[in-house]
Amino acid sequence: MKQLVIISGKGGTGKTTIAASFSWLAQNASVADCDVEAPNLHMLIEGREVLREDFSGARVAVIDSGKCTKCGLCAEACRFDAIRDFAVDGLGCEGCGACRVACPNGAVTMKDEITGWNFVSEYGGRIFSHAKLDIGADGSGKLVTRVRKRALEHDKRDELVVIDGSPGIGCTVIASITGCDAALLVTEPTRSGLEDLIRALSTCDHFGIKAYVCINKYDLNAIMCSEIENYCTERGYEIAGRIPYDTGVLEALKDMKPVVLYKGSPAAGAIKEMYRRVMNLLGE
Amino acid sequence: MLISVLSGKGGTGKTTIAVNLAVLLGNSSYVDCDVEEPNGHIFLKPHFSQRKRVDTMIPAISEDKCTGCGKCADFCYFNALAVVKKKVILFPEICHGCGGCILACPHHAVTESKKYIGRIETGRRGNVQCVRGVLEIGQPVGVPIIREMKNGINGSSLTILDCPPGSSCAVVNSIQGTDYALLVTEPTNFGLHDLKIAVQLISKLGIPGGVVINRSGEDDVLIEEYCSMEGIPLLGKIPFEREIAEIYSRGDLLVDYPKYRKYFKEIAQKLGGVINDETACDNQR
Repeated sequence: MKQLVIISGKGGTGKTTIAASFSWLAQNASVADCDVEAPNLHMLIEGREVLREDFSGARVAVIDSGKCTKCGLCAEACRFDAIRDFAVDGLGCEGCGACRVACPNGAVTMKDEITGWNFVSEYGGRIFSHAKLDIGADGSGKLVTRVRKRALEHDKRDELVVIDGSPGIGCTVIASITGCDAALLVTEPTRSGLEDLIRALSTCDHFGIKAYVCINKYDLNAIMCSEIENYCTERGYEIAGRIPYDTGVLEALKDMKPVVLYKGSPAAGAIKEMYRRVMNLLGE
Repeated sequence: MLISVLSGKGGTGKTTIAVNLAVLLGNSSYVDCDVEEPNGHIFLKPHFSQRKRVDTMIPAISEDKCTGCGKCADFCYFNALAVVKKKVILFPEICHGCGGCILACPHHAVTESKKYIGRIETGRRGNVQCVRGVLEIGQPVGVPIIREMKNGINGSSLTILDCPPGSSCAVVNSIQGTDYALLVTEPTNFGLHDLKIAVQLISKLGIPGGVVINRSGEDDVLIEEYCSMEGIPLLGKIPFEREIAEIYSRGDLLVDYPKYRKYFKEIAQKLGGVINDETACDNQR
C-alpha cells in the first residue's frame, strides 16, 4: 500500500483540483480528504455512505457549582485563561485537566466533547474517507489521523491512498504527512507561493517525507516560475509537473468535476502527465 | 478597532484584502496571525526592527526525586509523557504546556523548562505597523504565538488581523475579541461552502461581519444570494483579472494601481458604514 499526500503550504493553489484528478486517474486508489477544517472533496465525489461516526477529539472542564468554594485555584492553574468567574470558557479550554488536579474540592470533572464527524463512502468499488470538524473545535490533527486510519481499514485493494491535505504546516499537515510514501506539493509562481513552499518542503524534510513539487499556473509569472524551479533543482527536489493557467480548470470547478475529464484542456493534459510521473516515482 | 480577515478556504485573498486595506487606510497596524505561512510582509516589505522569541513550557523531570510512579503520564491527556521501566520519557512536540503534570506529581519531581516554538517580528512600513508571527518548522501548534501577538495590540488604533485558513483553534484565537470580521470568498461552490463555515464561526463567537467577493465575475450571484438570505452585508468585490494575479505574484500592492485602488476604497467606505451602524447598535443596547 502506497500513500501519497497532496499539500501546498499556501492555500488555494489547487490541491483539491489535483487530488480530484488523481483520484479519478488512479482507478484503484482510495481517497482521504484530510482538510477537515474546510473539506471540499466530498462535493466532487459522490458515494454510498457506509460509515458515519461521531468523533470525540477533545474534552472540556466542567465546574460543579454545588461543590465549588470559589477558592480560585483552578483559574490559577489554567494556562489558557479559560476559567473566569468560576466558569469554564469552552472555546478557550484545551481539556488538559490541570484545573481538575488543582481543585481541592473535587468540583471539576472532564467531559468528552464531540468535535467532529467522520464518514466512509464507497464509490465504484473504492473508498472515500472524509470528515468535518465542528466549528471552532480543537483536535483537528486527531481527526485527520482518524480519517487516514478509516481509509486504510476499509480499503481492500491495497494499492494506493491519495490524501488531500490542508494548507499550513501545523498539526493537521503533520498528521496528514507522517507515514506517507511521498508528498506532492502544489505551489504557484508567486512570491507567497515560493515562501510557503519552502516552509512546506522544510516540514517534509523535518519528518523525513519525500517531496515532489507541482507548479500550478506556471505561466502566470515566468520569473517566479524559474525561481521556484531553481530553488527545487539546487536542493534536489523533483519537479513532478507544470500545469498551465487554463480557464478550463474554472469550468471544471463550476461543473464540480475533475478537470481531467475535459478533453483538450491544457491543464488536464499536464495533470495526466504529472500523474504518470508521480506514479513512476512512487514505484521506484 | 480590531478587524479580522478570514475565509475558511485557503487562498481566497485574505492577505490581499488585509494588506491593501491596511495601506489604504493608513495609521494602522497589520498583524499576520497566519503563523504557519505568514505572507503579509511580502507585500508590505517592512523593516522588521524587533524580534521576540516565543516559548512554551515543557516539563523537566528531576531524576533524583522521580520514583517512576507514572502519575504524570496518567495525568497527561495529550500523551506527551510516558513511563517506561520507571523512567519518564517526554515527547515535547505534543506537550501543550499546561503544567498539570507539576500538580499531578506527588514527589515534586517535575519542574519546567522552555521550548522555542517561534518568533514575533515587528516593524514599520510608513504609517503602517507590521507584526508577524512565525511558527518554527515541525511545531504543531501556533496558538501561543497568536495569543502573544494579540496581547501586544493597542486597541485604540485600527488593527487588521490577517487570519489563518480553516476553522479550528488557530482561527478562533485569532478572531476572538475582534470587533468586526471581514470574510473573503470567491464565487465558486467551494468558496461558498467554506464561507458558510466562516459565517458559522463568527456567529458562534458573536462577531458581526461582512463579505468581500474576490475573483468576482459572472457567478457572483452564488455568493450574493447566500448573503442576502443570511442578512450579511456585501462590502465589495475585486474582479477576476489575470493582471491582478500577476501583480500579486510579484508581491506588489493593488492599491498602488489607480484602477484597482478604487475597489479597496469602496470596501473601506462600506466597512466604515457598517462598523458605525454596529457601534450605534451596541450603544443602544
